Amino acid sequence: MLLIYGDPSEAPAEAGSPEQIQRWFDYTRELEESAALRGGEALQTPDTATTVRVRDGETLLTDGPFAETKEILGGYYVIDVDDLDAALAWARKMPNIEYGSVEVRPVQRFE
Amino acid sequence: MTVGSALERAAREDGPSVLATLVRHLGGDMALAEDALQDAYAAALATWGRDGVPDVPAAWLTVTARRRAIDRLRRTRALDERIRTLEALAERDGSATAPHTMDDDATSLTDDRLRLLFACCHPALSLPARVALTVKSLGGLSTAQTARAFLVPEPTMAARLLRARRKIAKARIPFEVPGDELLAERMRGVLAVVYLIFTEGHTASDGDTLTRPDLCAEAIRLGRLLTELMPDDAEAHGLLALMLLTDARHPARTGPDGAMIGLADQDRSRWDGAAIAEGSEALGRSLRLGAPGPYALQAGIALCHARARSFDDTDWDWIACLYEELHRIQPTLVVALGRAVAVSYARGPEAGLALLDELEGERALRGYAPLLAARADFLQRLGDGPAADAAYAAAIAASANAVQRADLAARRRAAGG
Repeated sequence: MLLIYGDPSEAPAEAGSPEQIQRWFDYTRELEESAALRGGEALQTPDTATTVRVRDGETLLTDGPFAETKEILGGYYVIDVDDLDAALAWARKMPNIEYGSVEVRPVQRFE
Repeated sequence: MTVGSALERAAREDGPSVLATLVRHLGGDMALAEDALQDAYAAALATWGRDGVPDVPAAWLTVTARRRAIDRLRRTRALDERIRTLEALAERDGSATAPHTMDDDATSLTDDRLRLLFACCHPALSLPARVALTVKSLGGLSTAQTARAFLVPEPTMAARLLRARRKIAKARIPFEVPGDELLAERMRGVLAVVYLIFTEGHTASDGDTLTRPDLCAEAIRLGRLLTELMPDDAEAHGLLALMLLTDARHPARTGPDGAMIGLADQDRSRWDGAAIAEGSEALGRSLRLGAPGPYALQAGIALCHARARSFDDTDWDWIACLYEELHRIQPTLVVALGRAVAVSYARGPEAGLALLDELEGERALRGYAPLLAARADFLQRLGDGPAADAAYAAAIAASANAVQRADLAARRRAAGG
C-alpha cells in the first residue's frame, strides 16, 4: 500500500495546478496499464474527518483526524507488485514526491 | 580436530554460502533459512561425533537444513510453493546423508551470496540492522559473536536481527541483485556498510579499547568477497585497498599498555608488509577499472603514508592534492578536516588553521573531538601554548573513547612541558 502524505503548508503553489492534476491522472493510468493497480482514492482534507472509538460500550466521536500532524494523509494506492524494490520504484514516481512523502507498507494476508 | 571445532570451522567457512543457497530455495525467507541452518548445526553436533565429520560439510549442512526447513514449514502449516520446491529437492537428495558435492548449487553460489549481500544491505533496513545482518549472515558468525563484536548484549542483537529478518520477509525485500537502474546506487550502499563495519572495528566509537580487530578482519573478508563477486567494480577494489592499507598500520597503532600511538610516532617496521602489498595491488586494479572514486582516493592517501620511510619523509603535497580531489567529489566535513591536516603539513599550520576556521562555522562539527584535537595540534606547532592547552581541554571533554582521551591528555601534558 502506498500512503501519500504531505504538509499542505509546505506544498508549492503549483501543487493544485491543472498540470499537476494531469500528472496524477497520468500516474494512475500508468499504474492501471501496468496491471499493478488494485485500488486507491484521494481523500478530502482532515478537517472533514470524524474519528470513532467505542469505550465501555459507549461510542465516542471526535471531530477531526486520529492524530493532528503537520503531514496529513492525502490518499492511497493499493498495488500488487513482486517485491519492495518494485513498490519503491512506484513510490519514487508519485507526482508529489518532491514535496510530500510516501509510506510503503505491505498488506497483511490472512491464510 | 574435535566435532566442535570442525563445526565452528564449517560455520565460518561454509555457513554464509549455505545460508545464501537456503534463502534462495526458501523464496527469500531469511528467518526460516537462518532457523533451519541453526537446526542443522545442532544436528551436526549430535551426529558428527558418532558418524564422523562429512567429507563436504557444506553439502551435508545444506541437505540437513533443507529437511529441517520442511519440518518447520509443516509445523506452521504454511503449505505453499516453498515446501513443494524443497520436497522436490529432498526427493532428489534421496537417502544420502553425506553427499560429496554441492550439486547444481556450486555454480550459482556466487550469485546466491551476492543476492544475500544486497538483501542484507537494503536501504529499507536501518543502518545498524544492515551492518549487524551483514556481519552475521555473510561472516558466518553466531548471534553471540555478532553481539560481542558490536558490544551489545546478546538479547539486544538477537532482537535487532529478528526485526530485520521479519522486515525482509514481510516487506518482501528482494533477494536479488538489483537491475541496472538501481545497481550503482545499491552497490554504493553495500560498500558503505562494509566500510562502516571496518571503521567500527578500526576506531571503536565507544568502549575502552581503541580497536576491535575482529571486525576489521571481518570487513576485509567481506571486501575480498565483494571484489570476487563484482570484479568489474572499481570502488569495490578501492575499498578493499583502503581497508588493507589502513589495517596494515594496526600492529603499530597501540603501545604495549594499550595507549594510542599517532602516525608520527609509529614504529613503521611493525606495519604489515603483506597487507600493504595486497592493498597496493587492489588499488592498482581499481585505477585500471575507472576514474578514482572516494575509496580509491582514500586508499591512495593511505598508500602514500605506507610508502613513506618516516613521518617527515611523507609526500604531504601529494596527500594534500589527493584530499583536494576527494573533497571535490565528497565534500563532507570529515574529509574537509583531513584536508586541513594534510595542508597544515604541506603548507604550514597557519594554512591548516585557516581551513579549520571555515569549518568551525558548520554546526555539525561544533564539539567534534577530532576537529578540536587538530586545532590544538596546529596551535601547538605555531607555538601558541595557552590556546593549544584550551583546545586540548575542549577535545578531551568532547571525546567518548577512553583511549583517545588518554592520548589527548598525554599530548596536552607534552605540549605544556
